[in-house]
Amino acid sequence: MRKRHYSEKGLEVGFLLVALASIATLTGIMVFLFMEGLPIFKKVSIDGFFLGRFWYPTSDPPDFGILPMIVASLSVMIVSSAIAVPLGVMTAIFLAEIASTRVREMVKPVIELLAALPSVVIGFLGMIVVAPFLQEALGIPTGLNLLNASLMLALMSVPTIASISEDAIFSVPTSVKEASLALGATHWETIGRVIVPSALSGISTAVILGMSRAIGETMVVLMVAGGAAMIPTSIFDPVRPMTASIAAEMAETPFRSAHYHALFATGIVLFLITLAFNLVADYISHRFRQAGEASL
Amino acid sequence: MALEAASERLASGYEMTERLRIRRKIRRQRRQKIVFTVFRLAAVINGAALLSVLVFLLFKGWRAVNWTFLTQAPYEAMTKGGILPCIVGTVLLGLGAIVIALPIGVISAIYLHEYARAGKLVRLIRLGINNLAGVPSVVFGLFGLAFFVVWAGLGVSILSGALTLAALSLPVIIASAEEALRAVPDTYREASYGLGATKAQTVFRVVLPSALPGILTGAILGLSRAAGETAPIMFTAAVFFRPDLPHSLLDPVMALPYHIYVLATAGTHIEATRPLQYGTALVLITLVLGLNLVAILYRARLRRKR
Repeated sequence: MRKRHYSEKGLEVGFLLVALASIATLTGIMVFLFMEGLPIFKKVSIDGFFLGRFWYPTSDPPDFGILPMIVASLSVMIVSSAIAVPLGVMTAIFLAEIASTRVREMVKPVIELLAALPSVVIGFLGMIVVAPFLQEALGIPTGLNLLNASLMLALMSVPTIASISEDAIFSVPTSVKEASLALGATHWETIGRVIVPSALSGISTAVILGMSRAIGETMVVLMVAGGAAMIPTSIFDPVRPMTASIAAEMAETPFRSAHYHALFATGIVLFLITLAFNLVADYISHRFRQAGEASL
Repeated sequence: MALEAASERLASGYEMTERLRIRRKIRRQRRQKIVFTVFRLAAVINGAALLSVLVFLLFKGWRAVNWTFLTQAPYEAMTKGGILPCIVGTVLLGLGAIVIALPIGVISAIYLHEYARAGKLVRLIRLGINNLAGVPSVVFGLFGLAFFVVWAGLGVSILSGALTLAALSLPVIIASAEEALRAVPDTYREASYGLGATKAQTVFRVVLPSALPGILTGAILGLSRAAGETAPIMFTAAVFFRPDLPHSLLDPVMALPYHIYVLATAGTHIEATRPLQYGTALVLITLVLGLNLVAILYRARLRRKR
């Protein structure tokens, strides 16, 4: 009996150790990024790296300024969310409130399949279909630009935003909804003034995760954003987001050269930005619990 | 006389407000109709996007896909031949990732759902999983390069790529395994304890078997995620050109997503290989969406049974 008790306890501890694998991986990612990235600051000052406007890693002497990449990542993220957030939230409201059960059963798999589209395929289509179209329709020098990248990224983050928001909206208690309808509000008034406000924490989480996905997406921006390491002045300018810079250059970089370290340091910036986004999303979803009967 | 006039005026006043009320109601309902149409349109845009991607690739790619395309290696600077090494590479990378990530993910989920009591530690583990899910794919690539390829000395190989992809699909697998465990009714556990079984016996002989189909669904989703990723394998496993099939897990491979990227962006034959690009994209999307569709249908059947 006692022996059995010991092995039970041992199993639980073993399971705990395995469950720590995710944290271990996350820690490992941080450790190795810093290990390979920090040496760049022996060559460049911290503000020279973050605020430098020139990225000529292979010139002599090289320039390692990633400001154009940071600006590019942020602007691509903002423009794509301007498209994806309304579209995603509206889709979520449609699914949770308006669609009949049958329509919902049909549309939800569509959203899931959309989320599963490999990013390289979306990038490929952006390159050969959307880019020529934009170039022709708008009369601009290149269709591979900030706008195109944002459109393709929006396509990728809509499913994230829609499915998480839909969960949030769906779990608003029916009693809250019924109370509003009983007071004579129309269904739309109930959605706009009661349901969406009570699901707001979940919707914000969805939006933040969608933005984090957009800023971390690699293949799409690598293939469609145009690749120019310049600070954009319009949405028709080609840009080079951080992810694209890493993916495009890492393969040709000599091992542990300054350029190699600079790309890892770019990875640190990217990692910290997405980590911050995820922590904020986590904080919101825990701090502001969904409004329910108990909180009314 | 005065009384009559007053009551008449009062009645017409009622009528006025009543009419006003109805008119306002109609206006509010009309507004609802307009807004709902916009929402419906938003949902339609999603469907249209998916449909146009599928139809376009099918239309452009089906001519390139034939038996030779699927069973031959590329030749003549990749302008001719097929994509067999890429298919084999992608299947090996995807399966390798699942073989590594599935046990870890399922045990993590068992710990979180069956053993752990809510507290700081569980909160920390969950935070770790959520943040791991949010790490950009190219950062996984950097990690794989620094850790598996260089530090562990595995080189650019299937093993390095599979390990990197395993790290990336771990959160997906944990999430769906936990959902599967959550769906096992507590009465099963209570019945098992009531018969004198220990916790471990309950978990392995009662809970896990009934959660298995759900866990399997998660594994398929994880596999499809791993198979479609490009950035994590760019520096850890994939190579530009390697016509023979890999002999060991320490060999580098070609892979479908990387092949599309390479053909579409690099080299001197971008236009000449266009049909091959469409064909490869069609094969990749069939593989990934096919796996997803299997998982979705299977899960729908499970839910209906319950």
